[in-house]
Amino acid sequence: MTETIGTPILEAAVAEGAHDQHMVLNMGPQHPSMHGVLRLVVEIDGEIVVRLYPEIGYLHTGVEKTCEAKFYHQVVPLTDRLDYLSPMANNLCYCLAVEKLLALEIPEKAQWLRVLLAELTRLNSHLIWLGTHAMDIGALTVFLYTFREREEILRIFEGLAGQRMMTSYFRIGGLSMEPPLDFYDRVQAFINIFPEKIDEYSNLLTGNPIFRSRLKGVGYLSAADAIALGVTGPNMRGSGVDFDQRRDMPYSGYEKFQFNVPLATEGDCWARYEVRLLEMRESVKIIQQALDGMPEGPIKADAPKIVLPDREKMKTQMEALIHHFKIVTEGFAVPAGEVYQGIESPRGQMGYYIVSDGTAKPWRVHFRNPSFATLQALETMCKGRMLADVVAVVGSIDIVLGEIDR
Amino acid sequence: MSEALKNTLQGRAAVVEGLPEHPAVKAILAWNSAAFVDAKFDRGELTLTVAREEIRGAAAAMQAAGYNFFEDVTAVDWLPSTPRFQLSYEILSHSYKERIRLRVLVDEESPAVESITPVWPAANFYEREVFDLFGIRFEGHPNLRRIMMPDDWQGYPLRKDYPVEGYR
Repeated sequence: MTETIGTPILEAAVAEGAHDQHMVLNMGPQHPSMHGVLRLVVEIDGEIVVRLYPEIGYLHTGVEKTCEAKFYHQVVPLTDRLDYLSPMANNLCYCLAVEKLLALEIPEKAQWLRVLLAELTRLNSHLIWLGTHAMDIGALTVFLYTFREREEILRIFEGLAGQRMMTSYFRIGGLSMEPPLDFYDRVQAFINIFPEKIDEYSNLLTGNPIFRSRLKGVGYLSAADAIALGVTGPNMRGSGVDFDQRRDMPYSGYEKFQFNVPLATEGDCWARYEVRLLEMRESVKIIQQALDGMPEGPIKADAPKIVLPDREKMKTQMEALIHHFKIVTEGFAVPAGEVYQGIESPRGQMGYYIVSDGTAKPWRVHFRNPSFATLQALETMCKGRMLADVVAVVGSIDIVLGEIDR
Repeated sequence: MSEALKNTLQGRAAVVEGLPEHPAVKAILAWNSAAFVDAKFDRGELTLTVAREEIRGAAAAMQAAGYNFFEDVTAVDWLPSTPRFQLSYEILSHSYKERIRLRVLVDEESPAVESITPVWPAANFYEREVFDLFGIRFEGHPNLRRIMMPDDWQGYPLRKDYPVEGYR
């Protein structure tokens, strides 16, 4: 059954590059500006990019296959490791998808906390993007500043979940445990100072002539191309397509929050930079609303056969102990069916497609990750531009290889 | 969950009757009623099954009907059922603010469907991924190569009969 179609990428590029004057250049997978293990095969004419092939798969772990051998609740920690810079967004998408399959209502407090954490994750992710993007361009200072603020977010996560990056804090049916006592105060203290910090980054970059000239007019993507190539999220909104699932197809209670969806029409790296900076300010607004209006109540759904009981109950009540034992050893059966749940992750539209055959393990799990589609647009953005602009464009589209290769 | 989402409509006749005003249902009936084989409305998601040969036409019809954004395509291996493979296309509409799923069933013997990359260039990588991991060929795809696995890899890892342990 073996068959190979097409030729390996480097050879193909050489063979198809009919022009003798063109050079085929390999960038990555180990290249400091390639955000992990992205490999680009670039055909250049002098310093002008003629063609560009992204070559991916260096981080492929077959996680979709792994999911088929796990119980539904065991998949949650696997999703953390896809887009490792925004673990809560992955958790949220997966939990919402399974809850849709189960037709499970989750309590309001859990929904609000999920929104709060999803927005903190967005700040976390955008801070890394800003720092590394500026570093690629040569502005190292910003990197140190953004990581200072990111550190505070990671400390909040650590207090919450016991883990800084791979939080696995969400559960099917709610959240794993109550947040610690100082959680709300810490988040409040953080968002009190954070808008000033955004001004600080903006002061360093927005007026910086080198940063401006490296980004303005570079990596142009039209609105039509963005839709045709499946580009989503801030990259799409930087091209003037006004669509945000948080506002237009709300999930997890986002319809109760007031926020703007930043939009830019230029479609270049600068537009994407501006959109993300504004998005951070909007996230702060959402977090403030979530803190102010946080409802009281449980953080787990009342579904003893699906949600693990509290530790205390498990030790004192026979029934809770039995449920705990059954969930851990046998999982829980999920009604047969297929669902697709989309959310707005920091990078764009994330969608998890889950097919259940009625047993305790998913028949098929598929992750639609925004970076994968965004990468297709890279050639369109880089064609006809200087080779050095490739670095600026790769930085500006904010890809994470963990979710591309899966 | 609202009452409307709890309704389940199973089968083509039920969907046509239950959702007569749905733009996707109207568009697919106007496009080619014969190729519209089956339908399902479950958990608030509309699934339209079309004949295997007609998927590109169906995709173009959906695009013309306002479902402008291709989001995802993936496959499901239903071993040991026949037809063995199912392809699920998730298509989003920015104007209606909803998504639909196109579904195609593919046989095990030389599985192949028409590529929809000419309709939506975004399908390029996704179809390569399905080819790589399930071995379903997409006819008319501009560059159908493996994408995740090495070029010389043998077998299709996401198929249900692919061994999950042991040496290769």
